[in-house]
This record gives sequence, structure tokens and C-alpha cells, in this order.
Amino acid sequence: MQSPESHVPSEVEFVTFFTGGQSFSIDITQVREIRRWSAVTPLPHAPAEVLGVMNLRGSVIPIFDLAVRFGLNRTPDNARNVVVIAAHDNQTVGLLVESVSEILSVSRDRIQETPDLRSDNSRQSIIGVITVDEGMTRVIDLGAVITTGKRTVQ
Amino acid sequence: MSAQISIRDMFFEESEELLEALAEGLALMSSGSHNDETVNAVFRAVHSIKGGAGAFKLAALVGFAHRFETVLDELRSHRLDLEPEVMHTLQRSADHLTDLVEDARNGDDTDTGQTAEFLAALDACLGSPPSAEAADDDAGFAFAAISMDLLDLDGPTDSDVGAPEQNFTILFRPHSALFTNGHDPALLIAALADLGTVTTELDLSRLRDVSSFDPTEPKLGWMIRLSTLAERAAIDEVFEFVEGLCDLHIAVSNSVEEPSLQPEISIDPELEIRPVTVFAESGTEGIALEKTEIRSNVRQQIAAREDGPGESGNTEARGPKPTLRVDLDRVDRLINAVGELIINQSMIAQRVQELRLATDADVVTHVEDYRLLARDIQEAVMAIRAQPVKPLFQRMSRIVREAADSTGKNARLVTHGEGAEVDKTVVERLADPLTHMIRNAVDHGLESIEARIAAGKDPCGTIHLSAAHRSGAVIITIRDDGAGLNRRKILEIARNKNLISPEAEPSDSEIDALLFLPGFSTASTVSNLSGRGVGLDVVRNAVTTLGGRVTIASTPGHGTEFTISLPLTLAVLDGMVVSVAGQIMVIPITSILETIRPGDGDLHIIGTSDRLLLIRGKFIPVVDVAQGLGFVRPPLLPAPDTLLLVETENQGQCALMVDRVFDQRQVVIKALDTNYGAVPGVSAATVLGDGQIALILDPEAIANNRVQQTAEHWSSAKLNEGKSLAVA
Repeated sequence: MQSPESHVPSEVEFVTFFTGGQSFSIDITQVREIRRWSAVTPLPHAPAEVLGVMNLRGSVIPIFDLAVRFGLNRTPDNARNVVVIAAHDNQTVGLLVESVSEILSVSRDRIQETPDLRSDNSRQSIIGVITVDEGMTRVIDLGAVITTGKRTVQ
Repeated sequence: MSAQISIRDMFFEESEELLEALAEGLALMSSGSHNDETVNAVFRAVHSIKGGAGAFKLAALVGFAHRFETVLDELRSHRLDLEPEVMHTLQRSADHLTDLVEDARNGDDTDTGQTAEFLAALDACLGSPPSAEAADDDAGFAFAAISMDLLDLDGPTDSDVGAPEQNFTILFRPHSALFTNGHDPALLIAALADLGTVTTELDLSRLRDVSSFDPTEPKLGWMIRLSTLAERAAIDEVFEFVEGLCDLHIAVSNSVEEPSLQPEISIDPELEIRPVTVFAESGTEGIALEKTEIRSNVRQQIAAREDGPGESGNTEARGPKPTLRVDLDRVDRLINAVGELIINQSMIAQRVQELRLATDADVVTHVEDYRLLARDIQEAVMAIRAQPVKPLFQRMSRIVREAADSTGKNARLVTHGEGAEVDKTVVERLADPLTHMIRNAVDHGLESIEARIAAGKDPCGTIHLSAAHRSGAVIITIRDDGAGLNRRKILEIARNKNLISPEAEPSDSEIDALLFLPGFSTASTVSNLSGRGVGLDVVRNAVTTLGGRVTIASTPGHGTEFTISLPLTLAVLDGMVVSVAGQIMVIPITSILETIRPGDGDLHIIGTSDRLLLIRGKFIPVVDVAQGLGFVRPPLLPAPDTLLLVETENQGQCALMVDRVFDQRQVVIKALDTNYGAVPGVSAATVLGDGQIALILDPEAIANNRVQQTAEHWSSAKLNEGKSLAVA
């Protein structure tokens, strides 16, 4: 993903969603669609965050459990769970989340750099945080999420 | 055709076709089964390449093609005999021409030394090098040129050689295609005027019916009288590029009654020859007789012609089948969409089935129609990607020539079944392994000339390359008539290289299969061609990636045969649908030998968990697929009890244990690595009727994985043993 500074417009839009009790967000230009959760086919030798693969109009796309990816508990099975379909470098993936909250339009300078974190997984995959009302949302580096998943697979 | 394709690209695409035609013609000539038309076709191919190359200022290509063409011209005018050396030079020149075209396409510099060498060889065919003027002469060749033998007028022309001037009568009636191809009758007539005195008479007879006037159909014809010193060939040359685009009729008309322009005389290509004989003879009675005969023959066609507005039907029948160049992406998009259609169809079928309607319900029959229709579309779309293996095979004859030259052997390639069609990707990806095997066949398979003579064989070795369709697969065989495999030597090498254990006494076929092991090479010296240790294992890998398999058979003294069996398409696969740990999966049918439901006493346990299957007196390792994939079996599922006997390349036979076998069906292959990555033990995925994804398993990888695990198990056990010994 491009670093936020390289964007031309000063306002950036993010899709924010909620999973594992935390709020995350992703650059809206990366989001393709949002789908209802449907059963996936598990993959052998896959890392824990890769739930399996799903059929998206004939394409086979991997589904990541974002909560597991950030070391949180597995997202519980729930009919209201949604899958955010996102694309990065010609690669399309699905992110399982509990709910999609809103579309957030913020000016670039409101994105703060991620403070030093203990968890490597989190530090590599979160490029910044934005304060929203009383809380904050974590901006995900989609590329990092996907690559880490892949690396574990070998 | 997309507008981005530049004219230059089109030239190279066409050159490819022309080079194919060239190779094909030369192959015919080399086998001796050619006629004048073959030589002409070869000439035309070279000539057209020269013409195109001239337009793009590809000087090296033009220069070489020109000299090549000169030799061919000598051949077609029978001033040069087709001696074996000439044939050899022609084929090598064609190869070089291919290289030159390829270099020009890539913008590479051509090795001028090599070109000079070939030019010298071509000159040698001519006896004396052509003078500089001759070359210059042709340098302005432009695009109007030559095709011969529309008619064979040798007799009268020859007899008239001494005559100072001849009168020709040329009937010329352009088809609409002539204009769409950008030709202009005026220019053609002007070109004729350069040869001598021309008088033309315009034929307006077809204009008479104004009511049915079709402005897109040319109505005009010309009768051109030409008095010239030039030979017949010069006239043919003027019309070469419009051949097939017009009704053309050239006759010597010195003493013959002038032919009429009425349509019944000579219009149809097939009938052209007949009236010619008429004009060649003198005397009007003959003409009258012939005319009636022709009239009766063509009556039907003329009737059709008078009814119909034009003659396009006739022109189409003459040329090769019309084809369409389409961007490959568009075809692939169509194939994807059809894949979706098939999946959608099976989903609907499944839903309808769940409704449990009476079998004669309307919707049931419609769904069945839908299924058949969808399959039809699928087959038709797959056929678009299918290509004959012919161009691939043609390239191989060059490989044989080169390999034979550099090993000092004598070899020829005989091909069969070049018409067999395979998926484009398969054809493309087969090129390298096939090249390798053909080289191997010449280098290792065939004996030296002396050895062949000593064995009482034809000193010229033969490589047979054939393709055939057999039950949903294409079978390609490469057979040489050499000495066969030296099994003793193979075994020795395998033992020296530790590829098999010293005690093993493998059977003949097992020895042959050793050739496919990585790092195996029997040639004692590393030659230019093969024997660099990247031998047949590379071939086998390439074939396996295409979903095929390669086998070998050899008869001492009579040669070796490699058989490659390949799927016709990479888009679908015949698979066995099974369930593993509650998941539906697909195993490719090609790797399954049989399905077994073992009875009591067939399964034997070794150690804690390793199991062996006893089948026909042989023990075969059993691999639990769920375990191999790292899946945990849901506790309520019954233990797996079905075995699939599979043949693997590295581990021999192996029994895969699955929960249940459902059915056999064709599945659409979906790549996993586009959005994810390679998964061990899984080759691809497919979409089932209910929209769910099922994984397509790779039995080879699953079996290997298990063997590796066992090996690790043993080595760690040994390590522990060692430790305890040390402690003791």
C-alpha cells in the first residue's frame, strides 16, 4: 500500500469496521465490495488467520480472519459477520469482520504514525491510527496482512 | 482485430504463417511427393516475406530472401534439379530465414557471417553467383508480383519461343475482394502496358440488370489484348497478387478466334484449365465442341450466378478456410465465462433436483436442455483454443536436421497426425520438452552411420513423431529406430550415482524409468545437444505440470519409444469427487488406477500408525489424505474406509485413504495462486454445483509428503538410538 503522504488529495476516505472488540479501517480505494458471510473451504497447511477460500463469482479468494491476524480471539461464527473484499496488487482477498461501521473521511494530517508496539505482527500491519470521537481506529496495511499470511504458508 | 496491432506486427504474424507454409512445402519436396505447385507455394512464401520485409527496410532479410528466392525460381523453372545437396541447402536456408525473421522481430542484429555462409551455399546451388545487376534488378520489386501456373501453357509458349512477338488475350474480371484488398485494375493494366502494346475492351454485360444493382459487387470486366515480347511468366507475374481475387484467363491468341466475354466461357476456377486447352489449339470447331461441354458442366453454376447477385461464394471456396485473428485475452475471458455458466447450470440443476419434481415436469426437461446447451457451448469455446500440433511438429524437423548435422549422423523426421488439436498452452509448453526429446533421440537414440550399416540398417535413421487423440487425451509418441536403451549401462550408472540401492534388481521397465530420475545422463561425453544432466527429468516435470505423463519403452536393436499423454485442455479436468475429513475434494482421474474398499486382513499396521495395503500379493503404503493435509477429522465422522490406488512418479504405487468416493465428473480448474499462493498437496481448486469451492488434490505431493515424514521419523529414531548407545 502507498504511504498516506503520497496521496494527492488531502482528504482520505477509509472504511472502518469492527472485529475482536477493536476498530480497524482500510483505504476505501482498496475495498471492492462487502459481502455476507458464507461458508469457506479450509486450506491445508494454512496459517490460523487464513480461514479458507471462497467463491467470488468464479474466482477463488482467500478469507483472512482479521482478529486472528492481530492476535485476538477467533471471530465467533455469526450470521451477521461480513466479509470485506479488498484488492492489493492484483490480488483479491476477503477480510472477515464482525461488522462494518462507517465510511470515514479525514484529512491526511489526522493520521498518526503507529507508536512503537510490542507485537511485531501488529506493528508491521498497521500503518497508522486515527482518533474517532472518543476512541481510535487502526489503519491496516493490506499488503502486509496478505504477505504475512503467505509467508507462513511457504 | 484490435487497432493497436501495428502493420509491422501483422507482417511478422503473417511471416510466421508463411514460414510454416515454407517448411511444409520443403518437407513435401524433401520427401519427393511434390509437384510444381509445391515449388511455387514455397517460392511465393519466400517472395512474400521478401516483399513485406522490403516495406520495413529489413535489409538483411530482404537480401537473404532474395537469393533464396532466386534459387527457388531456378527450381520452379526446371533450370535446376532438386539434388539432395540442393534440398539440404534449401532447408537450412529456410531455417536461417526463420532466424532472420525472428531477429528482425526482436530488433536483434543478425549474425552476418552466418548469413554469408548460407548465401554462399545458395550461390553454390546456382552454379555461378548471380551478377550484381540481377540483384539490383529485383531490388525495385515492389509489391506487384508473380504467381505462376494459373494455366499451363508450356506447350504453345515453348513452340513460340522463337517468335518475335506474341499476342495474348487476357480476360480479367475482378471480384469485390480484389478491391477490398486494395488492388486497382488500372494499375494492373498499366503494368501490362509496360510489357507491350495493350488494347482493352470493357465488358459491361453484367451491368444490364439495373434493378438488382448491388453497388458492392464489381460489375466490370476487361478483355485485354497484349502484344508483347515478354514471356507468359511476365504476365502471370503482373497478376500474382490478385490471384484468387478475380476471374483471370490468359490465352495466346495469335491465330485463335477471340474469346467472347460471355460468362459461360470461363469463369469458374475449376474449369479454367479446360477452355485453355481450347485456345491452345487452333481451329474453331474444337472450340465450339468444348464450349457445349463446358456449358453443360457449368450450367448449374451459371444459373446460380445469374440468380445470385455476386460470385463471392465461389471465391471463398477457392482459398483456404477463412480465419479470424482474435486477441487471446478475449478468448480466455469467454472461456472463464463459460466455466461460470457450467457451474451455474449445475447449481440450477441441483436446486431443481432438490424440488423433487416429476421427471416429466417442464422445468426438468428445460434444465436438461440447458445442460446440453451449456456443454455444447463449452466444447465450442474450448475448440477455439485448440490448435493443431502441426507447427510444433514442423519445428522439430529443424531440430532433427541440426542435431544430425552436429553429431555427424544421418536422420530424418517422419510425422503423423499433425492435425491433432490440443490446447494452445499445451502446444506452447510442449515445445521445450519435445525439442529435448527429439535431440535425445538423435543424439542418444540413433547409432552412428557406421554402426547402422554394420547392423544392416538404413544408414539414415528415422525419428517418428506422431500425435493422436485417445479417450480425452492426446498421445504424442517419439520413436527412433536406433539401438534401444542400453539397460546394463543405465543400471550401472544409476548404481554409481546412488540412484538405486546396489542390491535392487529392477525389472526392464523399472530400469527404463530410471532415465527420468533427476541428474541422470547416460552420454559418456557431454555433447552440445544433450547430456548435460538436465535430462529427461526436466521433460517429465514439464509434462507433469501440464497434467500429463510420459512413459518409455525400448526394444534392444530396434529403438526406443517415448509416449507423452496430455490432457486436451488445461481448463477442465476429469476428477473423482471424494470427501476427506468432511470436506469435498477432487482427485484427478489420470492418476487413479483403481478404487478399493479393503476387506478384513487387507490392511496391515506397521509400527504405531503406518499402514500397508496388501493387494495382489504386494504391499503398498497407505496415505491418510486428511492427515497428509493436516486436517483434523471431526469426531463424529466414521473412519475412512475407501482407498484410491494411485500411481506416483517418485514413490511408485500408493493408496490414498479417503472417507468416501462420490462420483466422477468434469470440473473447471481454478487457480489458487492468483489470489493466494501455492498450497502443498493441492494443485488447484474448482467450484462445485452448490457454489462451494473444492480443492483439487495433487496425489504426487501428498504421497511424497508422507514419505518425507516417514523418513524424518526414521532419521530421528536413529538419532535417538545413537544417543542411547552413546549413553550406554
